[in-house]
Amino acid sequence: MHQPTTQARPSIYYPYQVHAPWLASQHPAQGRHPVVIVGSGPSGMVTALELARHGVASVVLESELQVSQGSRAIVFTRRSLEILQQVGVAQRMVDNGLPWRFGNSYYRGQRVFRMEAPHDADDRFFPMLNIQQQYMEEYLLDACQAEPLVDFRWGNKVTQVAQDATGATLEVDTPEGPYQLHADWVVAADGGRSAIRAAFDLQMEGASYEGRFVIADIRIDLPLPTERLAFFDPDWNPGNTVLMHREPHGIWRVDYQLPENETPEDALQPAALATRINALLAQIGHGDKPWEMDWSSVYSARTLTLPDYRHGRVLFTGDAAHLLPIFGVRGANTAFQDAQSLGWHLAFAVKGIASAALVDNYSRERVGAAREIIEESGKSTRFMTPPTRGFRLLRDAVLSLSLSQEFVRPLYHWRTSRPHEYTQSALNSPGDDNALFKAGPAHGAPPQNIRLSANDYLLDHLGGGFDLLYFTEGAAMPEALQSVVNAARAKGVPLRVTAVGASAPVAGADQTLADADGHFRARYGVPASGAAYLLRPDQHVCARWLTLDATRLQAALNHALPQ
Amino acid sequence: MTPVSSALGQPALGIAGLEQVYDQLATAIDQAGPAKAELFLVKLALLNAQALGDAEAFGRHLQAALQDL
Ligand SMILES: Cc1cc2nc3c(=O)[nH]c(=O)nc-3n(C[C@H](O)[C@H](O)[C@H](O)COP(=O)(O)OP(=O)(O)OC[C@H]3O[C@@H](n4cnc5c(N)ncnc54)[C@H](O)[C@@H]3O)c2cc1C
Repeated sequence: MHQPTTQARPSIYYPYQVHAPWLASQHPAQGRHPVVIVGSGPSGMVTALELARHGVASVVLESELQVSQGSRAIVFTRRSLEILQQVGVAQRMVDNGLPWRFGNSYYRGQRVFRMEAPHDADDRFFPMLNIQQQYMEEYLLDACQAEPLVDFRWGNKVTQVAQDATGATLEVDTPEGPYQLHADWVVAADGGRSAIRAAFDLQMEGASYEGRFVIADIRIDLPLPTERLAFFDPDWNPGNTVLMHREPHGIWRVDYQLPENETPEDALQPAALATRINALLAQIGHGDKPWEMDWSSVYSARTLTLPDYRHGRVLFTGDAAHLLPIFGVRGANTAFQDAQSLGWHLAFAVKGIASAALVDNYSRERVGAAREIIEESGKSTRFMTPPTRGFRLLRDAVLSLSLSQEFVRPLYHWRTSRPHEYTQSALNSPGDDNALFKAGPAHGAPPQNIRLSANDYLLDHLGGGFDLLYFTEGAAMPEALQSVVNAARAKGVPLRVTAVGASAPVAGADQTLADADGHFRARYGVPASGAAYLLRPDQHVCARWLTLDATRLQAALNHALPQ
Repeated sequence: MTPVSSALGQPALGIAGLEQVYDQLATAIDQAGPAKAELFLVKLALLNAQALGDAEAFGRHLQAALQDL
């Protein structure tokens, strides 16, 4: 019998709410479900909300009775906010989080590198936003509970999954005992220790690094801006790296590498923690300030991914699919991109708008993204925690040179999570004009946001299906295009037409966005009327044309939705 | 004196220049001391690689230096 803890997790700033378990005896008999999602972390909940937006119901099974312990992920990127905007929780994140864009690296008391994340007037969201994972999970949970297509079940632990060619049977244990659940598809969003991954004996590829980090959240009043602080080789922790981030509610995240030969148990002793935190505070000139511990943990960097996120009727996502180092804030930010991608691919397959082959495309694209992240974040990890003597010597040489030599300083660059561009996606239209554009988002790229007026941006108007951006100054959409659009809709393809550039509403378009100064066109590299972009439901570009005609629009839609 | 081309395809120092570098490098290694000599040499390699401006050529130098250790 599964007995999740009913004791609220300890925290000095976050009031944990313990929810009642979902019990089978209190509900009518279970039918077969199109999708069952195992795990209600960020990847599970965003997948559920995306599925719902595409009209697909899901059951979310969560073994615990409360949101996750400790702050875990704290830095969320602009693209994550754009994805969270799609599921309706971005505003709460912004209202309660701390935006920032500068990062500082220090060595021997000198600031040797200052990172400035680009921030464009066309962007609604800041490059980074700090807020603790529990809040993010709480906002997603509220959105799930307000969504009739999401059946959320606390205290339901999956203990077994069996599958055949058409579906899966799950054994679910609850505080009153087990029950069975049948599903066409299972989403394994059960986190880094995924029991589903282990049960199917699926092997991950990649590397685990030895360096271990203590991660601690303390409450302290520090008169410092919200910027990332990184200290290399400080006197009190020679050879190692220390990071600091401001979080809401007067909390600071302190992150430091364990000296070699120290066990995690020793490092987490209150006295050991206090000694090091006091040394860090003294180093930054605030040794006199009182502080209080909220949560601490130890982790090590891993760059691992499954080579395939589809295993029959089971689809892996988030940490269950890959384990990424936190340098460059990869874990949760990648989980959102996975979930957004999985949501539409799976929904379209479930609804029969495309064949089940579409979910293989989810796997191909996201495995590609994970491999790119592993390649990039491996570089950061090797700089932060050199794995061998050679890497350590090189890192030390760079630290030493950086005090006087400009050219090595960019090596401190902290490669922040950014959306993968599906440049080689099988869904990109082979017959369009992608190569002829001189500017604008290319094949597979996420869209460039555009500021339309105060508090009004392009991405506020897109999403939930395919989006056709048609640049025109005419009064109406060409009839031939309209009939392709109508035929697609008749087959169940959600497709919205946005006319860009006309001053009055364009007949046949769902919405018209003016572009009096031509700024929108310029950012999209559009030289003349008649050009267009086709965005997939995850908003990535799958076709663009300098002059769109009906035949090529039809071809692009056919290509993006394999039958 | 005309510079002689080295086996690595770069303009060479010539014997007088090479002798000068030989003495400078030996003295600097001694100055760095046994604990820091390795670090010093790596810094030097990075500075020289930057001045060389050619990652492929640097790779050939690495291979040449790794021979017959
Ligand atoms: C100590 C720590 C610090 C971190 N710091 C950062 C950071 O600073 N920045 C960053 O980007 N990322 C960080 N991460 C990573 C980030 O938290 C994860 O990448 C993110 O939570 C992944 O989301 P997920 O939904 O895939 O998995 P999870 O958030 O792990 O969610 C999995 C869920 O599945 C549930 N579950 C598991 N097994 C079962 C089962 N059998 N049945 C039902 N439910 C089940 C779990 O209870 C959990 O709620 C950190 C992680 C840890 C552990």
